[in-house]
Amino acid sequence: MGMLRALPFVVLAGVSALAQSPTYGVGRTPTAEEIRALDISIGPTGEELPPGRGTAKEGAQVYRAKGCAGCHGAAGIGGTAPILKSKDGANPDVWARGRILPMRSPFATTVWDYINRAMPLNREGTLTADEVYALTAFMLYINDVIPEDEILDAQSLPKVKMPIGDRFASLPEWKPRTPRLKGYPY
Amino acid sequence: MGSKRADRREFLRGGAALAGGFTLGAVAPAIGQTPASPAFIKGNKDQIAYGDRSRFVTSVRIPHGGRPSPDAFGLVFHVAAPLQDSVGVITPSSLHYVATTRGAFIPDIDPREHRLMIHGMVDRPLTFTLEDLKRLPSVTRLHFIECAGNRSSRRAKTVQETHGMTSCAEWTGVLLSVLLKECGVKAGASWFVAEGAEEVKGASSMPLAKGMDDCLVCYGMNGEAVRPQQGFPLRLMVPGFEGIFHTKYLRRIKVVDRYYMNYNDYGHLDQDHKVAALDYQIGPKSVITFPSGGQLLPGRGFYEISGLAWSGGGAIKRVEVSTDGGKHWNNAEFKGTPQRMAHARFSSMWNWDGQETELLSRCTDELGQVQPSRAQVAKYWNKPLDATFSVPGLDNSIQPWRIASDGSVTNGNA
Repeated sequence: MGMLRALPFVVLAGVSALAQSPTYGVGRTPTAEEIRALDISIGPTGEELPPGRGTAKEGAQVYRAKGCAGCHGAAGIGGTAPILKSKDGANPDVWARGRILPMRSPFATTVWDYINRAMPLNREGTLTADEVYALTAFMLYINDVIPEDEILDAQSLPKVKMPIGDRFASLPEWKPRTPRLKGYPY
Repeated sequence: MGSKRADRREFLRGGAALAGGFTLGAVAPAIGQTPASPAFIKGNKDQIAYGDRSRFVTSVRIPHGGRPSPDAFGLVFHVAAPLQDSVGVITPSSLHYVATTRGAFIPDIDPREHRLMIHGMVDRPLTFTLEDLKRLPSVTRLHFIECAGNRSSRRAKTVQETHGMTSCAEWTGVLLSVLLKECGVKAGASWFVAEGAEEVKGASSMPLAKGMDDCLVCYGMNGEAVRPQQGFPLRLMVPGFEGIFHTKYLRRIKVVDRYYMNYNDYGHLDQDHKVAALDYQIGPKSVITFPSGGQLLPGRGFYEISGLAWSGGGAIKRVEVSTDGGKHWNNAEFKGTPQRMAHARFSSMWNWDGQETELLSRCTDELGQVQPSRAQVAKYWNKPLDATFSVPGLDNSIQPWRIASDGSVTNGNA
C-alpha cells in the first residue's frame, strides 16, 4: 500500500499557509444534513457508508428484481454490458483477467460506490442502501472474494480483502511545472 | 429549426431564380466584369438573436470510437472535432469535442438551482450559487482538453479520427484555489474529489497541489456560458490533465487525505508505476492539420503547412516540421504566443515538388519534454514496433502524413 501511505506527505508543506480567514465572505454554510445528502464518494475507510446490510443471497434476488441480468447476463457474464465476473476465475493473476470492477478494485468500497452512484443505467439513485450492500456482496461472492453468507455493512465492507491486494502501482507525487515521469524523455 | 432552415432554402432558391430572370433580361456581363450579385440571406429573428454560419460551411463533428452518438435513445458518447478544418487556436463551442463517462444523456440543469459545495477537510464548508461565483475575482485563460483515448491507429484516415478528441477554448471562471482558501484547507489534506451532477455522477481524485495551482471552476467558455455538452453550468478545468478530470456539471468538491479510488480513479489503475504516472499529465503533442489525411493537394507548388501543438507540462516552446519523412527538420513559426496548456498554432512554408514524401511535426514544451516518434517510444519500453504496439499512457507520438505523387494525403501509421 505504498501509494496510500506516501500520499499524505504530498502537500503537507503547503497546507499550514492555507488555514486563514475567508477573504470575500461569499457563499453559504451548508447544514450537516445537506452535506450528508451529497456526500456519496465512498473512500477506502468507508466513513461515508450509510447504515444498512446485505448478503450475496439477497443480492442475487435484487440482481434479478432490478433487471441487472438484462444487461449483464444471468450470472454476471454474457450480456451486452461489461462483464461482472471473470471468464478466467482460476487465473491467479488478477491483471490478466481484465478490468472487472468487483475484482480489480483494491477496495470493496469502490464496488459499493459505483453501484450506488451509477446503477441501474438510467435509474441511478433508486437503490436502497440495503440493496447496494446486497448487490456488492453478490458481486464479491460470484468472484470468490467472500462467502455466500457473509453480511456486508458499513463496518465489514471496508475490511474485505480484495484479490488485487497491493499489486497495483503507486502514483508519483505530482508537482507543478515538472515532467510527468522522471527520466522519461517525452 | 429544421423547418425554418427549409423555408430559408426555399426563399434562397426563389431569390436565385429571380436574379437569373433579371440577368436574362439585361445585357450579359462581359468577361472580367463583376458578376451579378450573389443570392442573399434574408434576416430572421433567430439569426439576429443567435447567428449561424454559412450554409456552404459544412465542417462537422463525428462520432468517435465506433459507437453511434447520439444512439437510438439519445445517449451521447464520444464525438470528435474536425481539426482538419480548424484555423487559429480556439475550437468553436459547437465543434468542441465531447466525451461522456459512458453513454450519457446530457443533463438539463437550471442554473438557478445549481450549487457547488466544498467540504471535507476544510475549516468552513461552503455552498456557492452561480451568482456567488460570479461575484468573485475571475480569470480567463485558453486551455486545451484532450481525451485519454485520443490516439492514432492504422485504421484512422483523417486527423479528425487520429486527433479529434482534443479541443481548445477560452475558459472563464474562479480559481479553485480562491474557493479552497475561502473554505480554509485543514492540515493533512492532500487530495480532493470532484464530482458532477449528471446521472453517473463522475468523480475523480486529484492532487490538492493541482487544485491549489491552476484549476479553474468555469462558468464561461468562448465568451458565453459553458455549453451543456461541456458541463453547463459549471465545469472544473484541470489544465493539462486528461479530459476525464475536467469534471462537468460540477456540484461538489471534497477535500480528503488520500486517493479515494472512485470509479474514474480505479480506471486509471495500472501495474507499472511508470505507466500510471503517464496517465495524468498529458505529454507534448503536435499534429499537422493541413495537409492531413483524406485531403488532396491540387498540384505541385506552394503550401502553408499548418498544425496544432500542446502539452500538459506548460507552454509549447518549439515546433519542428519535416517535409522529407524525418531526414531534415525546420523550426515552424507560431501564430501568436503559445499559452500554457493551450493549443498553439504553428505553420511552415513548403514548396511541394510533386514527389512522394511524408510530412511530420514534433514539439518541445517549456519543460524540455520532446514529442517522440512511435519508434522512440517502443525503444524506451523495450518493445517491438509491430502492429500490436500501443503507446503507454496517452499517445503523444508523432503523426506522419504520407503525400502521394497524385497529391492525395494518407495516414503514415496505416
